Amino acid sequence: MFKLLDGSQTLGRGRTFWSCFLAVLAAALIYPVFADSYDVGNFSYFLIWIFMALGLCLMWGYGGMLSFGQTFFFGIAGYAYGVLAINMGGGSATIAALVLSIVIAMMAAGILGYFMIWGGISGIFFGIVTLSATLVLAFFLGQTAGPEWRIGTARLNGFNGMKGMDPLTVGDFYIEGSALYYVMVALIVAVYIGLRILLNSRIGNVIVATRENPQRAEMLGYDIRKYQLLTFTIGSGLAGLSGALYTSWGQFITPSSIGLPAAAMPIVWVAFSGRSDLTATLVGSFLLLFGFQTITVYSQQAALVLMGALLLATVMLAPQGFVLGVGKLVADRWTGRRRRGANPALGQANGLQSNET
Amino acid sequence: MSAELFSVFYQFADVFAFLILSAAGLAIVFGMMGVINMAHGEFIMCGAYVTVGLVKLGVPLAIAQLLAALTAGLVGVAVEYLVVRRFYKRPLDSLLATWGLSLIVTQSMLLIVGSSITGIGTPEGSFAIGYYTFSTYRLVLFACAVAVLIGLYVIFMKTRFGVMARATMQNAAMARALGARTGRIYAISFGIGTGLAGLCGALYAPTMTLIPTMGATFVVESFVTVVVGGANVLLGTAPAAVFLAMIRMVLNASYGQIIGQIGMLFAVILIIRVLPEGLSSVLVRRGR
Repeated sequence: MFKLLDGSQTLGRGRTFWSCFLAVLAAALIYPVFADSYDVGNFSYFLIWIFMALGLCLMWGYGGMLSFGQTFFFGIAGYAYGVLAINMGGGSATIAALVLSIVIAMMAAGILGYFMIWGGISGIFFGIVTLSATLVLAFFLGQTAGPEWRIGTARLNGFNGMKGMDPLTVGDFYIEGSALYYVMVALIVAVYIGLRILLNSRIGNVIVATRENPQRAEMLGYDIRKYQLLTFTIGSGLAGLSGALYTSWGQFITPSSIGLPAAAMPIVWVAFSGRSDLTATLVGSFLLLFGFQTITVYSQQAALVLMGALLLATVMLAPQGFVLGVGKLVADRWTGRRRRGANPALGQANGLQSNET
Repeated sequence: MSAELFSVFYQFADVFAFLILSAAGLAIVFGMMGVINMAHGEFIMCGAYVTVGLVKLGVPLAIAQLLAALTAGLVGVAVEYLVVRRFYKRPLDSLLATWGLSLIVTQSMLLIVGSSITGIGTPEGSFAIGYYTFSTYRLVLFACAVAVLIGLYVIFMKTRFGVMARATMQNAAMARALGARTGRIYAISFGIGTGLAGLCGALYAPTMTLIPTMGATFVVESFVTVVVGGANVLLGTAPAAVFLAMIRMVLNASYGQIIGQIGMLFAVILIIRVLPEGLSSVLVRRGR
């Protein structure tokens, strides 16, 4: 169990890292006590998108599949939650709607993934096909304004989007405000730990081996297509989780959260953060979402220009990602100094490979 | 009867022209360098805005369109020099870089120019066959698409530049050793690609509303045509456009635009399951 958490596929291990992890978690847990409810609501909003980023990190960073379709599954689950919650009525049924909508998104991912992966689509074309599907879904939903576009009692409403569904509810208790915040934090911790365990398990090793060299992995006897489909389904399912939570958070969803430029956002977060590590993605995405939201208040266009510039700068200056680079630098300094204090000769050697410690 | 037949041909020609014009530039860049230019839609937008701007200054439409294509081509050469050049060894990164560029351009245009500017209206002129009337401009677009294909054939098969470009495409290191200036060939090819994107925008500018995000309307069609066609423009993109235009025409006529688009996407997903490397892989193999 511990070996799975601290394995070789994920950075950050040892006592120092987990102390930091617990400190951040503790700070996150007591945060609502000191902040006013508006800020807590905003924080929950940032956390919604983290799942999507972690899913893309899994597919792109670990699996080597660059999917541009995160908002496709986000939209499918978001709309599915709305349709289900409206049709099944509020109350505890919303929890079932949440689960079902993620299942629907994962089924969609399974079907699309089957055709792409068994068709041998990879690299650039993987991105192009997923992006095409995303844009077509956005166009389609954009023209569903008429009253004939309804599923049960739920109107799709075209560009104005669907609204009027209940938020997540248990019995009579609406999960809102700090309750929602705690649910989000718990979900993030669960997903983060779960992905760490998955990636350091046997399955994770095969996923990474497939990224490194698909042919060699196949020669070793693994049916890499199954592992790729699994990766794609999980990663897209996480986008679905984001979508369903988004709809329940704001009680509306519009096609604009599917099409461009929304579809580019997960790519920017993950590329900027450092796609090859979960922790870097978690931290970097949160920072970017925070910054983006702060600027959006003044001008959404300016915020998006900044996102584009960040993507361009990342690719040109730090292809591995900024957060990951800075993190490695800090870890280098930290372990380097401590080791040097204990044993000068060893310190030099360890400094070079401190991301291993 | 002949009126019905012509009407079918007219609808086919309309979709075919749209697919060829929007995809040709993308296919050249992809075929040459293995790079998908995500800012393709923004070059289309550039062509459209330059056209409308020049027409409003009093320049005749046809000249404005040529100048717009030229502008987009020159901007393309500049972009190649500043950004794309660094990523020939990393095609995925060039995808991301051009996507970043596309975000910057679209949103800056929204900030500077605003959400929409007044258009210039489709050139008048129509003719009638039987009970149907047809717009002449749509046929002009079809003629332009065919002319683009012929022009590309001449440039890449009959000129010295074409020989060098094809040599670079096949084996860049060898071409360089034989004295081809591959850097310049890449830059010019990228310029031709973006110039064609600009031409597409220029030709369609009179027929649509101009908004900074208009590139997105072309992007799906151009992507799927290139995906189905594969790396070769003449042997891939053109047959792919014929094929997709037929599917699209039937679906458009019976169920409307959006179902046409969805149906086309499904067709593409099915095709790549059977022919992962696109139509050109089959056609090129047959030809050998």
